[in-house]
Amino acid sequence: MKAQDIKALLDEPACAHNTHKPKGGCTRPKPGATAGGCAFDGAQIALLPVADVAHIVHGPIACAGNTWDNRGTLSSGGPDLFRLGMTTDLTEQDVIMGRSEKRLLHAIRQAVEAHRPPAVFVYNTCVTALIGDDVDAVCKAAQERFGVPVVHVDAAGFYGSKNLGNRIAGETMVKKVVGTREPDPIPASATRPGIRVHQVNLIAEYNIAGEFWHVLPLFDELGLRILCTLSGDARFHHIQSMHRSQANMLVCSKAMINVARKLEERYGTPWFEGSFYGVQDMSQALRDFACLIDDPDLTRRTEDLIAREESRIHAALEPWRDRLRGKRVLLYTGGVKSWSVVSALQDLGMTVVATGTRKSTDADKARIRQLMGEDAVMIEDGSPANLLRIYEETRADMLIAGGRNLYTALKARMPFLDINQEREHAYAGYEGMLELARQLAITLESPIWSRVREPAPWDADGMPATLEVR
Amino acid sequence: MPEILKRNKALSVSPLKASQPLGGALAFLGMDRTMPMFHGAQGCTAFAKVFLVRHFREPIPLQTTAMDQVSAVMGADEALVEGLATICNKSAPALIGIVTTGLSETEGADIHRVVREFRMQHPEFAQVAVVPVNTPDYCGSAETGFALAVTALIDTLVPEAKAAGTVPGSRPRQLNVLVGSSLTPGDVDHLKEIIEAFDLEPVVLPDLSASLDGHLDEARLSALTTGGTPLSALATLGNAQATLVVGASMATAADLLKARTGVPDLRFDGLMGMDATDELLLTLSRLSGRPVPVRLRRQRARLQDAMLDTHFMMGLAPIAVAGEADLLAGFSALLREVGSEVVAAAVPVKAPVLDRLSVRTIKIGDLEDLEAMAREQGAELLIANAHGVASAQRLGIPLLRAGFPQYDWLGGFQRTWIGYGGAQQALFDLANLRVASHHGVTPYRSIYDRSPDNDLPEGPRHGTSASPAGGYAACH
Repeated sequence: MKAQDIKALLDEPACAHNTHKPKGGCTRPKPGATAGGCAFDGAQIALLPVADVAHIVHGPIACAGNTWDNRGTLSSGGPDLFRLGMTTDLTEQDVIMGRSEKRLLHAIRQAVEAHRPPAVFVYNTCVTALIGDDVDAVCKAAQERFGVPVVHVDAAGFYGSKNLGNRIAGETMVKKVVGTREPDPIPASATRPGIRVHQVNLIAEYNIAGEFWHVLPLFDELGLRILCTLSGDARFHHIQSMHRSQANMLVCSKAMINVARKLEERYGTPWFEGSFYGVQDMSQALRDFACLIDDPDLTRRTEDLIAREESRIHAALEPWRDRLRGKRVLLYTGGVKSWSVVSALQDLGMTVVATGTRKSTDADKARIRQLMGEDAVMIEDGSPANLLRIYEETRADMLIAGGRNLYTALKARMPFLDINQEREHAYAGYEGMLELARQLAITLESPIWSRVREPAPWDADGMPATLEVR
Repeated sequence: MPEILKRNKALSVSPLKASQPLGGALAFLGMDRTMPMFHGAQGCTAFAKVFLVRHFREPIPLQTTAMDQVSAVMGADEALVEGLATICNKSAPALIGIVTTGLSETEGADIHRVVREFRMQHPEFAQVAVVPVNTPDYCGSAETGFALAVTALIDTLVPEAKAAGTVPGSRPRQLNVLVGSSLTPGDVDHLKEIIEAFDLEPVVLPDLSASLDGHLDEARLSALTTGGTPLSALATLGNAQATLVVGASMATAADLLKARTGVPDLRFDGLMGMDATDELLLTLSRLSGRPVPVRLRRQRARLQDAMLDTHFMMGLAPIAVAGEADLLAGFSALLREVGSEVVAAAVPVKAPVLDRLSVRTIKIGDLEDLEAMAREQGAELLIANAHGVASAQRLGIPLLRAGFPQYDWLGGFQRTWIGYGGAQQALFDLANLRVASHHGVTPYRSIYDRSPDNDLPEGPRHGTSASPAGGYAACH
């Protein structure tokens, strides 16, 4: 990828993080003090959920071998090629003798012959980018020879951060895949009298732990046909037809904001940013679709559905609220979730004592203040030491954060809930709130805490305090 | 205090109970150079033998008085005397344990009188200890039979302190250990290690860790047990500092030992979980005057970490447990510590310990009862013996094997459940079963995105309605 292309991606006009200074765009990582994945990681995260595509990682074994099959995204069946890890696993000879391009061509053929995928995605990596493999040319040749779309996702690790990789992946889809096929006709069985079907997209919804299946039936009920969720439970043909959407939703993320913006530029599709976490945000997302689509009947039916679902879920949540009310939560997560989860927790009667804002925009922070008050504690430094300090200062009852903080919390004997991508539980939608409440109760109410916090019933030398046999 | 539901049906289906003489024989198998003999028809022995052979994957010494039509009616005393003499002649055991069966008890055999007659008729076998115990099949279960046999061992072979001149504490480092049938050979082995770590000398009765621990002997063939508590140890019980009693089922045996020897005892319902292990180590530290060893303190810290790692899977987990009362006591203690709920529990027979358990309802019954309870209460994991496999399959939930028998599982007999390490491994196994059986959200395919080539393999589409809108309708 050319340096200027990377620069353009980093300088995303729709992103509120963008400082628009002369040397604007994303901030650079600091050697020796940086956590998080590379651009390749970000590209994989963005696209691997596409279930029927053969995803080939072109590089030495680290890139695929150390990462494959490690995320909680689920598919509803059919071809599930995304569950396979595929890589060219380059050898020293390949690198030195320049055989890697040839190996890639053979690798694509093997994948096509063995699995007959509707498309092949080839992910570039640091080594192949550095030695100058012409991956574009190989993909083009393979596409012509094997008769299957072969898409080069050029996001080698050293190009930048995980976030950049997300953008490159989105950009690649917009440039090379979207618009290459019309949506399938609506099945006759799915047409219902009086319900006009509107077509929409979700961008950056990953169906973690299958959580979107809590939400999808509501879209069906309203007559909102989701052409594509980029990329949870997606198929290649879904991405191809994204251009026919009437309204797009950017889900819980700034990472693919470029996709939303470019689809608007190219096809005039309006978009909004929203979340499916928490009762209020879930309802708001449905309202925003109705608002953008501007069909009075849809608006009416949306409000009816919201009223029904909210009254149902509030009744179901009542016993959980009694158990969780007043519990104090320290929240440390990124971007949109820094406020959308706050409102979900407040829905449960819990108190959020502080929230992480390292990846939040000014707009995110404004919403945090709206929810938590003007003097809301915002955490920029998410180091374990700082989280522990704030946990103690705020007298929190638990930490809610990403999986990487899980064992920090447990070693410090704190109740914990994993809110990020690796989790195993589905929290989206109205139904997801029940699961969230249940998982909160499981850790908060566990009887293990006294057993891990209190000292053993003997002193430091191992002698019991009293020596009489009971 | 739990609600205890009595047996309320005529037909027992998928029984949870194994018989008293089987349990009695098992206790005798923990004695060195021993042959247990069933006083009954030969099938009584054959069934128990197959049961124990398959569970332990070991040859099991077990004999029978082989009562037949004639002896069943006319009296089988001669068969019993003949059986004893034959075993003495053929195998020269240190001990023969006689357990009665339904047949001999119904017939009204007086085995104690017959043993006296055997003594008179065969003075040449005076050095062979013979312990008779009444274990009718129609009372109790394997657990009570085991306890009765241990009580009989004490009654027959442990002398009165006054008569024998034993003095409690005269062997200050000796600790007697009475273990119930819920402890596996692996458990007993670990318990001995723990006691020895305090520089105490355990004398375990009965010691299955030295007989049915699945070890390979030098000798290729043996008609008797090749390890276990030596007979000579019983004479020393009266000199110990204290007796450790593990398993509520051993209460009567413990009472008798205490009355006989005057040695004070310390009783534990079980040793599963952190709290019970803490209490054990405190007790041992006080008895020995030694600190809790660093190695055990490290094991405790590991268990704490395992509790943290597994509490997400175990918290509020609805679990069904079927097993003997002591086993249920152990598991309910362990599960309570991590916030799981025993929502269905079944035991084969009533036992006093049940009243002390933190379980809402306990059914005296069979696996059919447990299965119904588990289904009704939405249990998500079953803890039971190998007969629970079919129940677990029908319930669609995973099974953790514990108790007798475990026909389809290697190493079950050697598994360690007690102590910090046993609790740690049990929590890992339980949590792994939970993770592997985690269903999550039912897959849903949009009604606008259903075509033959990308259809769901299963799920809403294949519900009661054949129409593609079936899944849609089912959600509302």
